[in-house]
Amino acid sequence: MGGYNWNWPILLKDPYFGWIVSGFGNTWLLAVLAWAIAFPLGSVVGILRTADSRALRLIGTAYVELFRNIPLLVQMFLWYYVVPELLPADWGRWVKREMPYPQFITALICLGLYSASRVAEQVRSGIEAIPQGQRFAAMAIGLTPVQVYRYVLIPVAYRIIVPPLTSDFLGVFKNSSLALTIGVLELTSQARQIEEYTFAAFEAFATATVLYCLVTGLVIVLMRGVEKRSRIAGTIAVGAQ
Amino acid sequence: MKHLYAALLGVAVLASPGLATAQDGPVMKRIAETKTINIGHRDASVPLSFLGQDGKVQGYSIDICLKIAEAARVELKLDKLEIKFVPVSPQTRIPLLTAGTVDIICESSTHTLGRSRQIAFLNTTFLTGSKLLVRKNSGIKKIEDLNGKILVALLGTTNERAAQAEIDSKGIKLKGDIVKLKDHSQAMLNLEQGRADAYVSDDVVLFGLASASKNPAEWEVVGPYFSYDPYGMMIPRNNDDWRLMGNTTITRLIQSGEMAAIYKKWFEPGPTNINYPMSDRLRENFGLVALPD
Repeated sequence: MGGYNWNWPILLKDPYFGWIVSGFGNTWLLAVLAWAIAFPLGSVVGILRTADSRALRLIGTAYVELFRNIPLLVQMFLWYYVVPELLPADWGRWVKREMPYPQFITALICLGLYSASRVAEQVRSGIEAIPQGQRFAAMAIGLTPVQVYRYVLIPVAYRIIVPPLTSDFLGVFKNSSLALTIGVLELTSQARQIEEYTFAAFEAFATATVLYCLVTGLVIVLMRGVEKRSRIAGTIAVGAQ
Repeated sequence: MKHLYAALLGVAVLASPGLATAQDGPVMKRIAETKTINIGHRDASVPLSFLGQDGKVQGYSIDICLKIAEAARVELKLDKLEIKFVPVSPQTRIPLLTAGTVDIICESSTHTLGRSRQIAFLNTTFLTGSKLLVRKNSGIKKIEDLNGKILVALLGTTNERAAQAEIDSKGIKLKGDIVKLKDHSQAMLNLEQGRADAYVSDDVVLFGLASASKNPAEWEVVGPYFSYDPYGMMIPRNNDDWRLMGNTTITRLIQSGEMAAIYKKWFEPGPTNINYPMSDRLRENFGLVALPD
């Protein structure tokens, strides 16, 4: 690294410090809101994939395959550039010109729907990991299908899938950086902007890296707590301690 | 004895390469030893530095750099100098230069003081400035007409900064903030889809985009310049011999009239039909840059 002039203090100067803070805030907001869409939606889709009805299973499978198989970057472009063109002219105009925060909202929808497909797969595998006998036993005592899920399958399945869900939750934070491609000023794009203004490339990206690690570290700690509280004795979720 | 020490000290000072050739950096030496020059280029800075349809690196800046490479070959008395092209982007160009991966970057980089803290520039070989690309029937003729309109720019460019300063100083109220995108083609797509009303960039880039669009007649480049963007080749800092080599070549090209011929080849109207005649400002600049011997 000979010849590179290190300049750490510049990151504390105005407006660069403010950019990092706002980028970090946008990353948080985008990831948390996307997760708020992904978790409930993914749960519904995942449950559909294990339903008795063939039609419901098909809907769930179609959703997962559609959103999981298209690269997220391509989905960002599709939502931002193609979908508004497919809407009726008035709606398309509204989305393109009148909708508040068009880049952020588009990125949020895109990231939320994509992450839902990943949550759905975790939920499905959680439910399928429960021995079939439990479902049959529940039905044998006269529970309706909804009750079978509500009282027997879901309480167990969610506790099994906490560890893999942690990875997906982390994934949302990291994937949120792709929102920069449609113009959301989140952490990575602010790091880029600082680099373009100050040429302190290594400083800006090192800071972004540390902040990402901090967030993901926090999520891991949080989810470890959830894992501890929700684990079921005698299941694989306890793992090797 | 005193004299001996003084003499020894003198020898030590002369022999220490760090002091004796403080400003002659490693680039020339590296070129001489490896008989190779690494030239950084862009893939779509039409017509300054881009990949042609045959995948060949070409452009106005590239032609100038090939002349510099030839001059270096003659200066270093090499019978052959291999030319390696390395693709760069605005994000990678400065790190690649400081790391020594490339010896010179030949594309469309604006000479700024901020950048000069990390790398050095050769003398200005092209001049442009910020203007707006708009639809012909949009009624936008200058930046003041952007009240209530949506403006796009590329993230971190000098144009974005110039536009923001102009907007702040003139109290222009855009619809929302400037939308910051990643590349020219995305900005053009935003205009074509009606998501944005104007795109701020270097006028040469805007002329290029308009000429390459589906319907060039639909677009127009408007506004007085509100920034001044001199382009120069980038080289690593503290390489005075290499810098002199480059600047001497540029001077010779101007004096011999070759520079005007290279300009004509790429811009008047040029292979991409950009039709961007040499401005008086650039002609004047060439007069200034062609230093006397």
